[in-house]
Amino acid sequence: MRLAILDHGHGIRTKAMFALIRIFSGHPVVDPVKFAFYRPSFYRAGGLTQEAMRGPSEWSVADRELMAAFVSKVNGTEFCIAAHTATSAIAYNDGAKVSATLADLETAPLAEPLRATLRMLGKLTRDSTVDADDMRAVLAAGASEQHIKDALAVGFAFNVTDRLADVFDFAVDDTAAINAGAKYLLTRGYR
Amino acid sequence: MSDIASLHKSLVARILEGKGQASPEIRRAAFDGVGLAEPVHTFVDKVAHRARMVTDADIGTLRKAGLSEDQIYELVVCAAIGQATRQYESALAALSAATGSN
Repeated sequence: MRLAILDHGHGIRTKAMFALIRIFSGHPVVDPVKFAFYRPSFYRAGGLTQEAMRGPSEWSVADRELMAAFVSKVNGTEFCIAAHTATSAIAYNDGAKVSATLADLETAPLAEPLRATLRMLGKLTRDSTVDADDMRAVLAAGASEQHIKDALAVGFAFNVTDRLADVFDFAVDDTAAINAGAKYLLTRGYR
Repeated sequence: MSDIASLHKSLVARILEGKGQASPEIRRAAFDGVGLAEPVHTFVDKVAHRARMVTDADIGTLRKAGLSEDQIYELVVCAAIGQATRQYESALAALSAATGSN
């Protein structure tokens, strides 16, 4: 982490909670948790991210985790690519599908509404803008207006999170810790 | 998911108008990406457009300019949410244009 306050600036109760996490999980406290618990009254984006990733939607949790991984791939954010590739793979019970999507969206074994939505999210993330023709292409592929709105909420959440992870330099954990974090996100969410 | 708009509005209000160590004016400028003096302008632009290229040296430059870690933290959060908000609003406008809705 690039700022010492994010590693060591928490209050005594938070530090005690981190000690318990270390003891009971057997893993160090990961950087996004340290970040989330630093001045939560200022940032506290968990509510929006929780709603985007776990709120009611016709997209499955696995689909939304794949969107998070895909947006992170376009941004080149190593921490979030690793975390959400693992989470999506567990949620789908199909790691090959996630890997294929990140390797080549156009040939991956995806339903067309999801492929078209990911294509649009990729352009939005890369170029910071999309136009009506881009949206018509997603609608023509079979996604509904609500599908698109829900996907844009995921895109917003991860275009914020990716920047924070890159600028503050969240450390990429080892595979065991990444998988433990993925299981936590699937059972407890982003609160 | 039904209340993303209200969650987004309250998030933006909190980072721009809530208690902070950087002034509300500087936080708003970081969110908008305009009206900042150097070296903060260059840093905020990097957060918005090339975040993965940020280095320890960039943070060091801000420290040398007199910014505290809490001020840097706030400016990064504002810049990240500002850029993601512009993307999000661009996409919602494109969707409205495509569907003919408001």
